[in-house]
Amino acid sequence: MLVDEIMKREVITVNPEDSLATALLIIKKHRIRHLPVVENNILVGIVSDRDLRDVCPSRLVNEDQDDLLQNTKIKDIMNSNVITAHPLDFVEDAASVFYEFRIGCLPVIQKGKLVGIVTESDVLHTLVELMGVNQPSSHIEVEVIDEPGVLADVATILRDLKVNVTSIYLKPSANKNNKALVLRVQTMDPRRICTEIQKAGYPVKGPLGLS
Amino acid sequence: MNRKSLLFHDSLYYKYCFGEDHPFNPVRLHMTLDLLEHMKLINNNQIIKPDLVSEQLLATVHSQQYIDAVKQASVDPNYISTTYGLGTDDTPIFSNMHEISSLIVGGTVKAAEYVMEGECNHALNLAGGLHHSFSTKASGFCVYNDAAVAIKFLQHKYNARIIYIDTDAHHGDGVQSIFNQDPNVLTVSFHETGKYLFPGTGHIHERGEGEGFGYAYNIPLEPFTEDDSLLTVINEVLPELFESFKPDIIISQNGCDAHYLDPLTHLYATINTFAEIPKLVHNLAHTYCNGKWVAIGGGGYDIWRVVPRAWSLLWAEMNEIDITNNQLPKSWRDKWSVNAPTNLPPTMKDPKNMYEPVPRKPEIDDKNLLTVKKVLHKA
Repeated sequence: MLVDEIMKREVITVNPEDSLATALLIIKKHRIRHLPVVENNILVGIVSDRDLRDVCPSRLVNEDQDDLLQNTKIKDIMNSNVITAHPLDFVEDAASVFYEFRIGCLPVIQKGKLVGIVTESDVLHTLVELMGVNQPSSHIEVEVIDEPGVLADVATILRDLKVNVTSIYLKPSANKNNKALVLRVQTMDPRRICTEIQKAGYPVKGPLGLS
Repeated sequence: MNRKSLLFHDSLYYKYCFGEDHPFNPVRLHMTLDLLEHMKLINNNQIIKPDLVSEQLLATVHSQQYIDAVKQASVDPNYISTTYGLGTDDTPIFSNMHEISSLIVGGTVKAAEYVMEGECNHALNLAGGLHHSFSTKASGFCVYNDAAVAIKFLQHKYNARIIYIDTDAHHGDGVQSIFNQDPNVLTVSFHETGKYLFPGTGHIHERGEGEGFGYAYNIPLEPFTEDDSLLTVINEVLPELFESFKPDIIISQNGCDAHYLDPLTHLYATINTFAEIPKLVHNLAHTYCNGKWVAIGGGGYDIWRVVPRAWSLLWAEMNEIDITNNQLPKSWRDKWSVNAPTNLPPTMKDPKNMYEPVPRKPEIDDKNLLTVKKVLHKA
């Protein structure tokens, strides 16, 4: 899956000459946490809600702070060394950048122009869609050896039983030589499927092994 | 009103059959009726024959395309459509599928009408409870959604506020989806979590949408929940919903597949649960709805040992008869044990120590209580 498929195309931005007050209003109004800073369609920096709050005067100080908020310019507080993504990047690459650099958003740049933005939440949502339930189905978890051909084995059983698979993923197993194959199948009665898979030598994890 | 409870039934119901090897087996219905008769719990004048539901009424829930597909499947034994969920492993087609399914819907509709018209206080249609059926698709052994059509009927004819209570071990996804945006129907489903079980939905956060937000409740329960925790949860949730929603009438789905012996689920309830749930619903019906209560069947896949007992307990409760300590008549056991692959139980009660104690019980109880708190916004 490409960043292009999940990014938001309507990006809310600020100008380097905008004030701190303006930026604070924008993130509050749109309930967002990141503001790319754009000048003539070119990305020149980024500010997060935390950057903005860091430079805000304390609420405990009782003085009039309006001047400070109005006079502070975004260009003075923005981070100009921005990590970006390209629409053709894979979503998993974006995810690993979030993880590695501990950041929350990636402006998406194409031919030097800002064309979108992808956030941690967008990636999480993609994951929810991938692993979630979009059709009535039963969950089956199979412990398989990490070697060629096992997926085909299991798939053949499903084909022979004429069962439709609605989602599938492999995850690391507690046993290093194994993988857990997680399937959702479109049936209310998965007993026959489980029996056949067990018969073929692959243990099926039941709810007993849940904890 | 001299007849307090009526049963809506027709032996044609036994033709709602997906084949010998399919878990949804109408023999369970036949056995239940027979048990009621052997135990002298029912008089002939308490049994009312249902009418076919009109296609017009059916179309208040189901799309015309879907109805047409079911009709086609009724006459074409080779019909397969994944779009409409027909001819699949779960919902294979059978002859006269449209007519038989329409008759079941008609039973629940007529039951609702009799209750509203004061012909009876409580009404039961055991062939109903086909809660997985969607407006445009069959799913999980369910062709037409009898509860949903009856609810639409109650809305159109009586402008009633309806509470739909679903205690099947599987999430009542079809009914919930049909009334997801309707603030005049409150749906509440208690079920085993979708972590392992079909259909996988029924999370706490599914609360309805748009106008209907806040009118769908889901209480997903841990595998190995057992009686105590299950009944605690139901007792915590239901009275509160009645108090705030103030329904005119109850439709309760009485799937009995939460039982320990059920081959498809893992909730580990005993037969006590199926005596206690109707008792609570019965009380609530009298406290909040002037007794108006329509009960329907649902899942239940240990057809020999569980379903006839569970549904007899339901009917007995509707007639205020306590049979929890009764023996099952020998005549009934002799008759049905001929075909049964297992011994039929001698008593209404389950045997003591039916299963090994569940080691994680405190953990499971705690998790279920937390779920209740979240559902009721108390955590």
